[in-house]
Amino acid sequence: MSLHIVVCVKSTPTTVNVSIDESAGKIKTAGLSYAVNPFDEYAVEEAIRIKEKNPGSTVTALSLGPEHAETALREAIARGSDKAVWVNIPECDTHNSYGTSHALAQALKKIHAETPVHLVLFGKNASDGNAGVTAAQIAGWLNWPAAISVKKIDSINSSEAVVWRAVESGVDVLKLKLPACVGTIKEINEPRLPSLKGKMASKKAVIPKWTAQDLGLKAEDFSSTLEPLKIEKFSAPPPRPAGLKIDGSSAAEKAKKLVDILIERKLI
Amino acid sequence: MENQILAICLPQQGALPSSAFEVLTAAKTLATQSQGKVFAAVISDKAQTLAQNLNVPGIEKVLALEHPKLGQNNDQIYAQAILKILESAKFSAILFPGTIFGKSLAALLSPQIKAGLAVDITEVGIENGKVKAKRASYSGNALATLVGTQETTLLIALPMVFPQAEKSGAPPQIVSIPFEPKESQMEYVSFQPEASSEIDLGTAERIVSGGRGLGNAEGFKIIRELADTLKAAVGASRAAVDAGWIAYSHQVGLTGKTVHPKLYVACGISGQIQHLAGMSSSGTIVALNTDPECPIMKTASLSVTGDLYELIPLIIAEIKKRRGG
Repeated sequence: MSLHIVVCVKSTPTTVNVSIDESAGKIKTAGLSYAVNPFDEYAVEEAIRIKEKNPGSTVTALSLGPEHAETALREAIARGSDKAVWVNIPECDTHNSYGTSHALAQALKKIHAETPVHLVLFGKNASDGNAGVTAAQIAGWLNWPAAISVKKIDSINSSEAVVWRAVESGVDVLKLKLPACVGTIKEINEPRLPSLKGKMASKKAVIPKWTAQDLGLKAEDFSSTLEPLKIEKFSAPPPRPAGLKIDGSSAAEKAKKLVDILIERKLI
Repeated sequence: MENQILAICLPQQGALPSSAFEVLTAAKTLATQSQGKVFAAVISDKAQTLAQNLNVPGIEKVLALEHPKLGQNNDQIYAQAILKILESAKFSAILFPGTIFGKSLAALLSPQIKAGLAVDITEVGIENGKVKAKRASYSGNALATLVGTQETTLLIALPMVFPQAEKSGAPPQIVSIPFEPKESQMEYVSFQPEASSEIDLGTAERIVSGGRGLGNAEGFKIIRELADTLKAAVGASRAAVDAGWIAYSHQVGLTGKTVHPKLYVACGISGQIQHLAGMSSSGTIVALNTDPECPIMKTASLSVTGDLYELIPLIIAEIKKRRGG
């Protein structure tokens, strides 16, 4: 049974230790380097594993973003994806999940019309935005079922998949009609490194670039005034108050002092 | 038009958890700042009964949607129930708890009602008639301020941030909304509860975590003992999880869970940025470590330099002594 799996990857800064331009209310992006969001490596790996179990299947990597998103897609190909689609809409702020999910949903519709999609995989969240909702939000646009926080894809065929969703107190076992969107978590697998063959393929790959117009969207749909929620500014988090070093001549004295303070501050 | 705020109070295992009351506090904050009214929605197979528990002052009405199919966390059927509420009322803000199910549900609804979604908010208010919220991104290194521009904004409240709304004696005014689910493309097969009876990290008020400094898997014995003494959940650093000393479900940090307890005790954890990303917004951080120069000792509110195997038993004994006396 051959399946078509799409895996969404985001190109994110290689560090989360960013600094803020307080007067502009923006993240300082100069000098940042970018790579595939680490959580997306699990989604790519899961797509490859499903493909290996179902010969004849295809994995398409999809990313929205500036030039470095295209580089991230080459990485996804090096890791075993067959092809890739790059969506480039400069007006779309990838920190805004509404516009981002809208653009990606339109791209998925187009991919689905060309080659029917069975499953769309996502990482737990992007290392920059940390929201972890894109999988379900895209499903909302497409009216497909979704599950986030999935630790296991128990079974999949061309019409349905059984997934294990890790929730606060246990696991929800869900049967999803396909196509569906699934957000993975780290427990799902151990990603492997890119192979030599994959690296060769990634160099040679021709990656189509889709613009807003290609997706039937207008660039102004993404302008901040039309976004239902706009990012007014970024600021630095308030610094943590200076800490207190607990000294003492013996371990017993230190333990006693610590417990004294915890009781005084009503923490225990 | 009168400003109305909706708080979605989601049950967990048949009861209303602390997150439901946290969401009510966030909703009440918005209502107070806008002379608005708070409505609470209880969606469950026993919504009528659960609604009785929402005797929280300041709630205009509790909307109860009851159906046997609402006994399971089927996102699409829950989304249908919320859309049913929206058929006859408009809300400037709809608040969800920051549980996995709450997040999934809010995200699914956002495109359907053309509303923006603010995830894991830590502050909320009204400014110039617009909903304004703050949330952390870049693992806590940047704080984003978001402003709603449309009629309705969806907000997901980060667990353990908003205090729980207090109950009072007056019974709530409950309005039943008839609800008949339509087809859904997903089927809830079963629920498998977590095998252990340990406290959930995400909603724990106190967490005791162990790291590489413990030296071996046995080390988690004293971590568990200290956690039991403090009625705390057990966490771990990635190093301890990767070494196989404890299950991944205990991992705190960038690739594990993000936690915000009132008290976080880090034992033998050096405090790599990946770990700090998951816990640096905790109320009070206590660090126990042999190395006074490691990053966690600089982040900690209270730091103690010393041998874990010497310090922890003494701390346990001291707490027990105080409780006894």
